[in-house]
Order: sequence, then C-alpha cells, then structure tokens
Amino acid sequence: MVKKSAERIYLSLIFLFLYLPIVVLIVLSFNDSKTKVQWGGFTLKWYRNLFSSSSIMEAFWTTIFLALASALLATLLGTLAALGIDAMKKRNQAIMIGATNIPLLNADIVTGLSLMLLFVRFTRLGMGTVLIAHITFNIPYVILNILPKLKQSNRTTYEAALDLGATPLYAFFKIIWPQIRPGVFSGFLMAMTMSLDDFSVTYFTKGAGINTLSTMIYTEMRKGIRPEMYALSTILFLLALILLLFMNFGPSARKGKEER
Amino acid sequence: MSKRLIDLQHITKSFGGQTVLDDLSLYIRENEFLTLLGPSGCGKTTTLRIIGGFETPDSGNVIFDGKNITSLAPNERQLNTVFQKYALFPHMSIAENIAFGLKIKKKSKAYIDDKINYALKLVNLEGFGKRSVDSLSGGQQQRIAIARAIVNEPKVLLLDEPLGALDLKLRQDMQYELIRLKNELGITFIYVTHDQEEALTMSDTIVVMNQGYIQQIGTPEDIYNEPTNAFVADFIGESNIIDGIMLKDRLVQVLGVDFPCVDEGFGNHKPVDVVIRPEDVELVPPESGMLEGDVISLIFKGVHWEIEVLANGYEWLVQTTQMHPVGSHVGIRVSPFNIQIMNKPESSDEQAVEPDV
Amino acid sequence: MHTQLRSLRRQLLAGPYLLWMAGFILLPVVMIFYYAFTTTSGHFTLLNISSIFASIHLKSLFLSLKLALACTAVCLVLSYPLAMVLNHMKTKNQGFIVFIFILPMWMNFMLRILAWKLLLSNNGVINTLLETLGLPGLDVLNTPSAVVFCMVYDFLPFMILPIYNAMSRIQPDIIEAAGDLGAGELTIFFKIIVPLTMPGVISGITMVFVPALTSFAISDLLGGGKVLLIGNVIEQAFMQEYNWNLGSGLSLVLMVFVIASMALVGSKGEEGGAGVW
Repeated sequence: MVKKSAERIYLSLIFLFLYLPIVVLIVLSFNDSKTKVQWGGFTLKWYRNLFSSSSIMEAFWTTIFLALASALLATLLGTLAALGIDAMKKRNQAIMIGATNIPLLNADIVTGLSLMLLFVRFTRLGMGTVLIAHITFNIPYVILNILPKLKQSNRTTYEAALDLGATPLYAFFKIIWPQIRPGVFSGFLMAMTMSLDDFSVTYFTKGAGINTLSTMIYTEMRKGIRPEMYALSTILFLLALILLLFMNFGPSARKGKEER
Repeated sequence: MSKRLIDLQHITKSFGGQTVLDDLSLYIRENEFLTLLGPSGCGKTTTLRIIGGFETPDSGNVIFDGKNITSLAPNERQLNTVFQKYALFPHMSIAENIAFGLKIKKKSKAYIDDKINYALKLVNLEGFGKRSVDSLSGGQQQRIAIARAIVNEPKVLLLDEPLGALDLKLRQDMQYELIRLKNELGITFIYVTHDQEEALTMSDTIVVMNQGYIQQIGTPEDIYNEPTNAFVADFIGESNIIDGIMLKDRLVQVLGVDFPCVDEGFGNHKPVDVVIRPEDVELVPPESGMLEGDVISLIFKGVHWEIEVLANGYEWLVQTTQMHPVGSHVGIRVSPFNIQIMNKPESSDEQAVEPDV
Repeated sequence: MHTQLRSLRRQLLAGPYLLWMAGFILLPVVMIFYYAFTTTSGHFTLLNISSIFASIHLKSLFLSLKLALACTAVCLVLSYPLAMVLNHMKTKNQGFIVFIFILPMWMNFMLRILAWKLLLSNNGVINTLLETLGLPGLDVLNTPSAVVFCMVYDFLPFMILPIYNAMSRIQPDIIEAAGDLGAGELTIFFKIIVPLTMPGVISGITMVFVPALTSFAISDLLGGGKVLLIGNVIEQAFMQEYNWNLGSGLSLVLMVFVIASMALVGSKGEEGGAGVW
C-alpha cells in the first residue's frame, strides 16, 4: 500500500514537471494583463492579435507547407529506398542502414551548418534550401520505419503472386503495399513531426525573410516575449493533442492493435 | 504408501469476480508424478501457480511438509518451476542460467561447476554451457529450463505445460525423458497439461479438472476405464456417450435396446449416461447383433479402422481391425463389462462441458 | 537468372536516395572538412582545429560536457523509476498514461523553452509563488542551472520511452522464474531487470546526451549570454563573425566528441528513432 502511494506521488510529481509550464502558458494566453504574473481578467485579445499578425500567420503556413512537402517527398524517396535496400545483399544492406543512421545520430547543428556551407556555395538560401534540408533529415525516419515491415513480410507471397500471373507492379500494390502501408504511414507522420519541431537545421538553411514558427519564436524571444506567443502555444498544444489522440486511439491505431 | 508432501486445503481463488478455483482440496504424495489435466480455463495452471507461490489463494491453505506456506514468496519455497515458455534469461549463457539459483544460495564455484556439468549431462546437452539462449532450439531450451530448476535440488518440480510448444515427435521423446528424469532424481513432479495422452503416458496419478472443480482423481487406468462422469469420459480418449435408462441392477436400456451390464446400485428406471469406448464396440453380422445399423464412414488409421455406424438414430464410433465398407449392414454387440454407467450430473457446476482444446 | 535480374532492378529503386545522400549528406561533410582545414584564402591550416585549445573555447567545451552529463544523469535518474512505475500499472488505460507522458514532446521545441523562461524569470511564476509563501526568491534565470532544467524538460521523453519500451518487453515469467529460483526483489532488479533494460538505457543516454551536448538555442535563450556552450561558440563564429573556417574547425571537433561519446556508451541501442513510437 505504501509502495503504491509512493508510486502515485512520483507519477504526479513528474506529471507536474511536464505540464506545469504548459498550463501556465495556456492560462496566460487568456490573461488581460501585460505582466506575466497578475491576472487582469479573461480576454481573447491575444488570439485576435495572433490571427491578424501577418508575420505569425506567414510563419505558421510556412511551417505547415514545409512539414507536408518535406514529409511527402521524404516518404516517396524513402519508400523507394527501403524497397531497394531490402533487395540488397546482407552486407550492402548493413552499409546502407549504417549510412542512413548518420544524420539521425549527428548533431543538428552540424547537419544544419554543413548544409548551409553547401547551399551558399552553389545557390542562395531560400525556401528551396530549407525544403531540401528538411527532406534530408526526414528520409532516415521513413526508411527505418518501413524496413522492419519489409523484413516481416513474406517474400514468397510476392513471388506467388508473380507465379499466378500478376505483373510486378500489380503484385507490388496488391501484396507488398498492404504489408508496408503502416510503416509508410508512421514514417510519414514521424517525418512531419520532426519537420514541425525542427529549429537548428531550419535556422541555418532558411535565408533571410523566411521564418518557420520555431525560428520566428526564437527571434521574438530574444527581443522579449509577446503574449500572442502564449495564444500560439495553446493552439499548437491542442493541435498536438488532437493529432496524437487520433493517431493513438483513432481507427487506424485500433486496427493495428488487433493485427498484433 | 509414502507420506503426503503437499496438502491443498479448501483453496478458493477468483480473478476479477470470476471464480477460477472453488473450495479445491487435494494432496500430493512424496515421489509421485501427479498430473493436473483439463481443458484451458479449468484452473489447473492456477492450482500450480498457487503451489509455486505466484498466486495467493483468496482462502484456504497450502501445507508443505507439515508447514503452512500459503503466504510464502516463491523464492522462499523448496520447489522449482519449469515454465511453459521456458523463461530462460536471455542475457545469460546457458551455464549462467543454470547457475542462477545456486549463486543466490552462495554455493562455491567448484560446487556450481560440478552441478552445471551434472545437470547438462542429465538433460543430454553436455558441452552446451557457453552457448547463448538464442542458439538453442525449442526442445533444447526446454531441457535447459528443466536443468536450471533441478540443480537447486527441489523436493518438488512444477511443470506448466512444458511440452506444449514442441512438435509431436519431440513431445513423445520428451515424455520418456521426463519419466527417466523423475526416476533418476527421485523427487515429486506436479505436471500441468491439457493433453490426455501425455497425462496417461507419464503420470502415477491424474487429477482431471473442469471449471475449477476436481472431476476425478485416480491412476491412468482408473481414469480411462472407469470415468466417473461423462466429462471425464469424453475428455479422456474418445467415447460413445449415450442417454440411457437403468431399468434395474445389471440391465440398462440404450436406444430402445436392453443391454446387460455389470453396474449395480443406481436404482430402477433412473436416467443415466452410458459410456462405451469405441474399441469396445464389436461389429458382427447383422443377425447376431444386439442392434443393427449401416456403416456411414470409414477411415484407415494405421493400427485400426475408424468406422461410424448409424444405428437406432445414434452415430456409433467404432475402432476395429476389420474393414467394413461404407453402406454395409452390420450388427453391434457390447460385452457387459465394457459398458460404463454414470449418473447424470446433478449440479450445473459438474456439468459436462465440451473441452475447448 | 531471372530472379537475379529482378532483384537487381529492385535495388535500383534505392538509386535516387543514394544520389540524395551523396549530394546532401556526404558533400556537406566534405565541405565542413574543406573549410576546417583551410584559411580564408584557401591555404591548408590546422589552426581552426587547434583553436579548440584556446582557453575560451576549451572552457565552453567543458561547460557543454558538464551540462550535458548533468542533464543526462538527471533524465536517467528521473526516467528509470518512472518507467518501472508505468510498467507496473497493469491497468486498462496504461496506454493512455504513457501517452500523457509523451504528449509534451509534441509541443514545439521553442515553445517549451518559452514556457520555462516564463516560469524561471525573476518576476516569473515560480518566484511570485515563492514570494507569496514568504520564501526567498530563486535567481536561476541566466545561470547554467536554468539551462540544465530546460534541457531536462526538453529531452526527458527521449529517455523515458526507450527505457519503458525495454522494460515492457521483459516477459513476466522471466521475473517469476528468477523468484522461483530464489532471487529476492533486489537480486531480480540488479540481475534481471537492469541488464535486460540496458539497451534501452543506452539508447536513452545517446538520445539525450548528443542533443544536450550540441544545443545552442536553450543556452542562448535561458543563459542570457552568460552561458556559452560550444554550440553557441560555433553559431556565433558562423552567424556573427562570419568566420566559417573557424566554425567548421570547431564543428569537426564537436563531431569527434559526439562520435566518441556514442562509442563510449556502446552504439548498441537497438531502438533508434523508431522507439519514439
């Protein structure tokens, strides 16, 4: 009994540590007072300001565009790459997987800086360069999500389909695709979250005039904090909550659990 | 008769409101090979886990060698368990696995090395000590699990469906292996299985369980030849179980035909279950049978033919060494001493249930 | 013959990715090397590398190592018991509880820093709370402690998840078997649970230590210019002094430290990024 309550207390403390900052942000987003610690009454003014601020909205849409575009392209490249790697001999596979791991393990700052050196040498920093940078660090997540699914899938089923007269393309979509689809899907989502959350790589490769939410908040924070940021935090937290709830408990997640 | 080593007294256990064991009492003698047999969900594994100390009964006592051990933790009991899925420690070598219990008891290195060699020899895996768990087949892992348990010299070895994950041939080999081990070690084995053939082959005593109740306790011969109710009869081997009426002592009416039998004391005109083993049904020319019927299916089983005969509205299962083609008209005879009469179950708890194996 | 051809054709699918890797992973690393070993006028030099021994650079490297170690240690100490508690709760909503502990990770990295800045600043929430309780205020903002605090907050889930995953994979009958063979709770913990969760711990350590060692944004925003980590030195070399050669040289040193630290803890961590899910 004592052990149980000790466990409860421990969980609550960590919970508090994780959520207190978020709760403070949410409360302050409705606070009609410029100072941080005094409650000046309920207001939605910061939300109105947020939506009418062109710089914030632009950063928001840039972030969304980058996340979707880089995740999509990374998924395309990564899926093809995973299929190719899976067909390779054991030794080549190991080399490819090792190489794929490098950007995952490398420091963000080095990835960002090295890409910047390259881009500056050959072109100008801009939307294109950030997109390339995001795709680069997204591809490994896609590959590493799909490869295990390919390993699990039964190679003979594909050959059986060919044996029964299916063209390779038909066999791929009817046999292999259904087996790797969960991996592709989670790889895509993971790539998207990585892109949404990235700061360092974006910071070094974006060029002047382009901002994602991360880099915009960074610049803002160096000047001082505007209450509009609290409102932005609240909205982003709710978005993350909904997205995660959907992924974990939505229809596709339930289906995945049953399959196991 | 050797002494009672373990005594389970009025054990009751429920999980989440569902009673798994209801007032179960059972004793196990020293040096006995006792098998708990029953369909899944009958409570046999729970009984074993209560003896092992992994579950505590809601009420009742576990007496071991005269001492009450009901609330003792597993590591304080003088018995060891062989787990269904082996439960070998994946991060240790075979030798380290076997040495685990001995190191805890702070035995000397020489003693431990000795024991490892002895145990590996006993399970026919000499020289495997340095290998990793992953490198062994299922059957080999099973043997190591047994070796790991017996080096601790337990008085009782608990085995939870240890052969369940092995293929048929290996399972049969391991059955003989286990009997040999038990004889060499001279300790008590408590064995859980849902496989009636395993139970019949190895046990001194079989405890047939269903829905948390003990249905019958006896030697393999008793259980097979004299099942006490239709559930046991059906679960142990194949049977023809037919509704009948006990007209008087030594005479039972089945499917409208009077059969002489050897059972007494059921009263007059009492509904009963009549159990006849398929190998005890004799097929004879129609005119000399007690009842007549037609062969509706015929399967060759190697040692014998398995034949289904439709007679008086019942499909009789028959095992015979003589072939009778489908469609042929035959007579059926059953010797009086091959007819087993059983009371209909009185309470719903005892009711015969289709075993879901 | 036919199957061989088919497998070769399938391998070609990795072609675009290979090109991409060559262009955007390999080539940039070559660029770093090039800049690191040349002067602004393009002559070979070792000065960019050896400048790590300049006292100011050495100081920030040691500070980075110190804070990263502290952050990793705190994360480990907090996460291991937490993973055990989470694993213990065999309730129906276990999945939901685990979910709660990874949710904050999905909030934007910068906003998490913002939240801590709010809490820690001198007239921030924590100090106001302490004041109303009549306690002395905390002056942690712009100190290394604030930076470690925020790093722990940012990277804690990276430690929790792999350890929890490793722990939940331990079969209950392994624990029972150990108990059956006479092991008490302590023995079970040290001989069974700790070794079996080691791969999770190792990947947790790398997933926390590397970003902590190389971060510059947290120290920049919460250190108030007083906490100069090696990441900040590199960032300033590039973005303020425009000394790309020096920046590249220091980056190379940092890379060596990252690789060395990962080799040190053993690169056996089986769950990489995939463990996050």
